Amino acid sequence: MQRIDRIAEPWGTRTPYGPGESWPTRVDTHLADGLTEEDVDRWVQSASILHSNGDALDIAVKDERIVGVRGRGVDRVNHGRLGPKDLFGWQANNSPERLTKPLIRRKGKLVETDWETAMSAVAGRCTELLEEQGPSAISFYTTGQLFLEEYYTLGLIAHGGIGTNHVDGNTRLCTATAAAALKETFACDGQPGSYTDIDHADVIALYGHNMAETQTVLWTRILDRLAGPNPPEVICVDPRMTPVARAATVHLAPRPGTNVMLMNALIHEIIANGWIDREYIQAHTVGFDELEKMTEEYTPEVAAEVCDVPAEQIREAARILGQAERLLSTVLQGFYQSHQASAAAVSVNNINVIRGMLGKPGCGILQMNGQPTAQNTREAGADGDLPAFRNWSNDSHIQDLARIWNVDPMEIPHYAPPTHVMQMMRYIEEGTIRFMYVTATNPAVSLPELARIREVLARDRLFLVVQDIFLTETAQLADVVLPAATWGEKTGTFTNVDRTVHLSEKAVEPPGEARPDLDILLDFAHRLGLEDKDGAPLVKWSDPEGAFEGWKECSRGRPCDYSGMSYDKLRGGSGIQWPCNDEHPDGTERIYVDGQFWAQPDYCESYGKDMITGAPVEETEYKALNPTGRAVLKAAEYIRPHDMPSQEFPFQLITGRTLYHFHTRTKTARAPQLDAAAPEVWVEMSASDATDRGLTEGDVLEVTTPRGRVRARLRISGVRPGVLFLPFHYGYWDTEKGSQPKKKEAGRAANELTSTDWDPVSKQPIFKTAAAQVERVASGKGKPAPAPTTTGSAPVTGAVPPTVGGDSARAQELVGGQA
Amino acid sequence: MKLDLAIETLHASENHLVTVLTSMSDKHKADHDVFYITRDMAAWSREHVAGLARVGRDFGLDLDPEASEDPGLLATMKQRTSDLIGRRPEPGLLLLADLRHLYREAAGVSLDWEVLAQGAQSNKKQELLELSQRYHPEALRQARWANAHLKVASPQVMAS
Repeated sequence: MQRIDRIAEPWGTRTPYGPGESWPTRVDTHLADGLTEEDVDRWVQSASILHSNGDALDIAVKDERIVGVRGRGVDRVNHGRLGPKDLFGWQANNSPERLTKPLIRRKGKLVETDWETAMSAVAGRCTELLEEQGPSAISFYTTGQLFLEEYYTLGLIAHGGIGTNHVDGNTRLCTATAAAALKETFACDGQPGSYTDIDHADVIALYGHNMAETQTVLWTRILDRLAGPNPPEVICVDPRMTPVARAATVHLAPRPGTNVMLMNALIHEIIANGWIDREYIQAHTVGFDELEKMTEEYTPEVAAEVCDVPAEQIREAARILGQAERLLSTVLQGFYQSHQASAAAVSVNNINVIRGMLGKPGCGILQMNGQPTAQNTREAGADGDLPAFRNWSNDSHIQDLARIWNVDPMEIPHYAPPTHVMQMMRYIEEGTIRFMYVTATNPAVSLPELARIREVLARDRLFLVVQDIFLTETAQLADVVLPAATWGEKTGTFTNVDRTVHLSEKAVEPPGEARPDLDILLDFAHRLGLEDKDGAPLVKWSDPEGAFEGWKECSRGRPCDYSGMSYDKLRGGSGIQWPCNDEHPDGTERIYVDGQFWAQPDYCESYGKDMITGAPVEETEYKALNPTGRAVLKAAEYIRPHDMPSQEFPFQLITGRTLYHFHTRTKTARAPQLDAAAPEVWVEMSASDATDRGLTEGDVLEVTTPRGRVRARLRISGVRPGVLFLPFHYGYWDTEKGSQPKKKEAGRAANELTSTDWDPVSKQPIFKTAAAQVERVASGKGKPAPAPTTTGSAPVTGAVPPTVGGDSARAQELVGGQA
Repeated sequence: MKLDLAIETLHASENHLVTVLTSMSDKHKADHDVFYITRDMAAWSREHVAGLARVGRDFGLDLDPEASEDPGLLATMKQRTSDLIGRRPEPGLLLLADLRHLYREAAGVSLDWEVLAQGAQSNKKQELLELSQRYHPEALRQARWANAHLKVASPQVMAS
């Protein structure tokens, strides 16, 4: 057993393996200072909540407090490994800053109150507005961090009880495009990939996906393949020199906003060279002729001009993709949060489909999620979609759902697509949404164009409820704040991107009067008096396991079938992949085997949309296009980004993550090791741009767009010329002002600068194409930027001391065995 | 043969559609997807105008390949007004009216393409047929978007 500084070495020690072999086990453990495994009173089964990988772990409890974590060696996802955020992030549960009592606004100030007062204010205002205006006044904005049981209950309350169409999750910011891309190609959400595809693939292509930082353990699996015999070739598309780019065989760094141009050129090359599976295309797809025609004009030379990537590199990448025998493709925010997000993500699907590389070991697509439970937000209907991938424009699906919920079909809004969060902000602005119930998310930092968002959320006409574990920037704007329990303090299940379901059990009591989100939602439903059509309570359960049983019935026969699972079955062993039913009692590793899809018109989740305008395809059109439910090859033309650089704003600003933080740092900044690794905002620029402007590492810059200003120290990094990068994690809760920048001063939240624009298909906001300018406001005086050196923000100039964690960041590694 | 007349008519109606789309975009700047999508769709019509001017030469027509548009100042004023009044409930009704107008205009353009395509076939004009096969679907998509967006926007306008 060895102890490794996991801040300095985020991916830990290599355990090399070859193609087709099983990934060796390595059990990672971190316990509070001075404790050993003998001191632990009990271990409680769970999985990680600070990223989307779904790493299984056990929570260590001593004296009724969480004191550490240990990876679960038996689990298929991580084989015992944990990432830095898992190893250290649990400390946030014990923070003295946790919300422990409900708060209510009195004379303009939030003051402590009791649950009775808080909940009757929330239910009271909701009831008033329902009587005055109806369900169109009520909205819900949730997260990708609650549990399946909570989402399903929330969706039932909103859709089946209140009857509002205004339901969304912050998954809109992270995985909306993943879902949209799958719905376009396969007419249904659900990932056609498995993490074990890494064990078999000979080519792994990562599109806008800095896996090394977003899913560290999955990247560890790739690093172990790269260190073993017959390693896979890696293709990386990213404007930054990320750890993935450094490991890549070919690294394409296109101009932000040109992904569709690049993808069309890759597809052009693959088709032109005949690297396609004609038999598969013939038997299992529609739309190939249109795709071939559309991409005809997109030669590597044309793309080279627009993307500023050498044509030879495009050809080389296309050759590797085209000659791969087992191709795994993964996609994340570099595509999802960019211009033409869905069209670009769909193009990735197209490559696997025309190469016939689906449903076999090593051949898969992972349209990644950004959050631990985002998959459930989507499945259970808390992102506004109907539960279990039901199609809102298919009347028989509505009738089926109404039967399960025992409500009249008219009660379930299905006259239009659900209202996405950016449109909700618009309706609040217009004054027609007047109640917003926010659970576990922080829009006052995470949505684009923050000056506008703050103004919208602070409107008197809006009644804002925030349910969270800390007093976030958003909570500070609320009328009522409800203190929630979090991971480790409540029981539920959640599902990762390769459809693996984990049970997360309650380990300790929540602090003070904080309550599980499910209990609060049940209380809310009870106070509203929500009933089914026979006058019985609408929500028929009172605990997580009851909710899970309800969900199993709702999912029965649908693609995300959980009917064969139970809490007991999820206890003790590995997580289980859906669909899991009578036919597949142990779950299903690969879907879409032999070109069998869920795309039949009467079964599919979506008929698709126009890739440029976002207008939904009508049922009759879809039936004509795809009567037998094949994969749909959708082509899209490249259109210029809406926000192009100009003389005044010569840079393109992109925002993103760093390995050590999650979202708005509410948890990770309260874990000392993580906070110290990336304590303050920075801005990245290429060496050539810095030289042109006479800037040096650590200089204090002000980044400006027409919407705002951010002040940050300069890191000269491997980002491509013409581009600025800002991490989006930093807000104001740990600053003097608390919820926003000081008057007339520059802020530190990247979203002060981003623009209000979204992908027409997925409605995901565009965070990665804003025209910006920079100005130096002070010299760095030799002090480097507070950016990690281990990641995409690695310095390319000067002597910057390496990021280390020291003794408190040492975690145990046990290679090959059980701890 | 009246193909020149059909080309001229369509050139005028596509030109008008550019104005309808950009003017709608400017008026609804506070409705961000309307603002951007109408602009993206106006780019299609601009391309159609240029294509029709190009093919028109073969039929003895001298059509302007550039679409005539609102002067920049007027557009800016419309956007400013939109930002100012765009935060009250009445724009919802205005938007529905504008979507209805756009739908009718785009449907008219689509019918003009239909006429042109039929004329090209009966007169065996291959290049003209290809032009309409290429551009007609985009006119249909413009109309479809207007219809779809009306479907999305109207429930909230009607309910509140």
